[in-house]
Amino acid sequence: MDERKKVVVPIGPYHPLLEEPEFFSLYCDGERVVDMEWEAGYNHRGIEKLAENKHWDQVPFLVERICGICSNSHPVAYCNAVEDLLGLEIPERAKYLRSLISEMERVHSHLLWVGLAGHFLGYNTVFMWAWKYREPVLDMFELITGNRNNYGIMKIGGVRRDVADEDIPTLKAVFGGLKGKVEMLTKAVLDDPVLAARLKGVGVLTPQDIRDYGAVGPVARASGVDIDVRRDSPYAAYDRVDWKVITQPDGDLLARAVVRLLEIFESLKIIDQCLEALPRVRGDYAAEVREIPPGEGIGHAEALRGEVFHYIRSDGSNRPVRHKVRAPSYVNIPTFKASCIGETIADVAIILAGVDPCYCCTERVAVYDTDRKKTMYTFDDLVKLSQEKTRKIRHG
Amino acid sequence: MKILEQLKEKLADKIVKIEQPNKTRLYITVDRKDLSEAVQAVFSGLGGRYVIASAVDNFDNFEILYHFAFDRENVMVSLRVFLEREKPEVESFAALIPGIAYIEREMWELFGINFLNHPNLKHFLLPVDWPEGNYPLRKANG
Repeated sequence: MDERKKVVVPIGPYHPLLEEPEFFSLYCDGERVVDMEWEAGYNHRGIEKLAENKHWDQVPFLVERICGICSNSHPVAYCNAVEDLLGLEIPERAKYLRSLISEMERVHSHLLWVGLAGHFLGYNTVFMWAWKYREPVLDMFELITGNRNNYGIMKIGGVRRDVADEDIPTLKAVFGGLKGKVEMLTKAVLDDPVLAARLKGVGVLTPQDIRDYGAVGPVARASGVDIDVRRDSPYAAYDRVDWKVITQPDGDLLARAVVRLLEIFESLKIIDQCLEALPRVRGDYAAEVREIPPGEGIGHAEALRGEVFHYIRSDGSNRPVRHKVRAPSYVNIPTFKASCIGETIADVAIILAGVDPCYCCTERVAVYDTDRKKTMYTFDDLVKLSQEKTRKIRHG
Repeated sequence: MKILEQLKEKLADKIVKIEQPNKTRLYITVDRKDLSEAVQAVFSGLGGRYVIASAVDNFDNFEILYHFAFDRENVMVSLRVFLEREKPEVESFAALIPGIAYIEREMWELFGINFLNHPNLKHFLLPVDWPEGNYPLRKANG
């Protein structure tokens, strides 16, 4: 055995740093990491197999449960794949609605990441700020889709539900108001000497590393690799709105943070243009699709963490015979081989978090009395319960 | 399509079948013996971006599709290879594309496709004590 690989530091499968079960073995020489292994599968749900037993129209509901945060990207990529098989062009209004929802999701996810990155560094002020600004975005999701996550809004041929004209002023006000707040957060994060010291020059990925592992999304763009499915293979309304792909040359953690923060502004720009367009682009918001003929289709979409890829195969029946899903973390996480080795143990946590591996935070509670047929707790009741618990803990 | 012309030039008579359902998708079928050359031509020769590989159980044979993206040209090239049912095996490309090692492990455990010269062919998603010969994504498995 390699002398330097004698000490193994495990991270996971259940570890305070990882919100989801994953297992990393760090082979260390003193403080330095000399090699690393990744083991997955602790949360394997067999989604690809389940999809083979679902009707074509049920699969979007299944794939949006792959990830609570990308719960729109997977259905979009799946619908793109089926529409690729069908050779179907979706209605104009549906295109704008798809882009609107996708970009709202990007804003909330990038804010979530900034907050978590702060939390991993022990900088909880950043965490509190970022999540405070993220909250109204989730409220807007609830307004137009009925849910804060798992929106259930994508379907083959378009979207399941329209956005009402009277909601547009509210959406405009919330996202318009967010710009100034995100600007303040971005400046505060990028000017902070502690964050700069922890992020600058740490976990560097070269363009060659990106190519070797097929890494995508903000991870690739922070290493100067200029790829973005939204521009390169336009779907939804991305070729109808004005925005730009953000890249950074350095490839370190700071570059990844900068890319994500600046992407929020591009998303806000796209949201604004979609909201401007909706009152003018009228007509159907979904094309009717009855049969899926035999064949195969590929769909990809730029999710928050990079390209989501779906491949489907049909034999003409009402279910896919094969459905392959590749989430962006599948190709982004293996870059740890290039980014973590040679770094210190303390930095590995933030480097692993730097690719934004998937987290799920969709838990909400509703207590229902089946005898009296009414909801037992309102939101205010729950807040009161929580405050009482804090008081109890404080005063024993 | 420029990519198709370049591929035809590099692979010539090794291409068994070309399918082009629309201007952004290209499926190229090759024989197993020519697969290495084809993957090298697409990944190293033409600079395609490795996306993923997906295996399909066709009942009488297995099929693997290696997907490569050409982002500038907006073309997705999928190399298709068929493997015999009795002894499905194909060479590993982990030495050429380090990131492909994980999906090869996945296809090995879920479909029972053997990858020759793989550096680390062991369970990835399934537990280490998963019964040998039980491949969840094979059609015979329900």
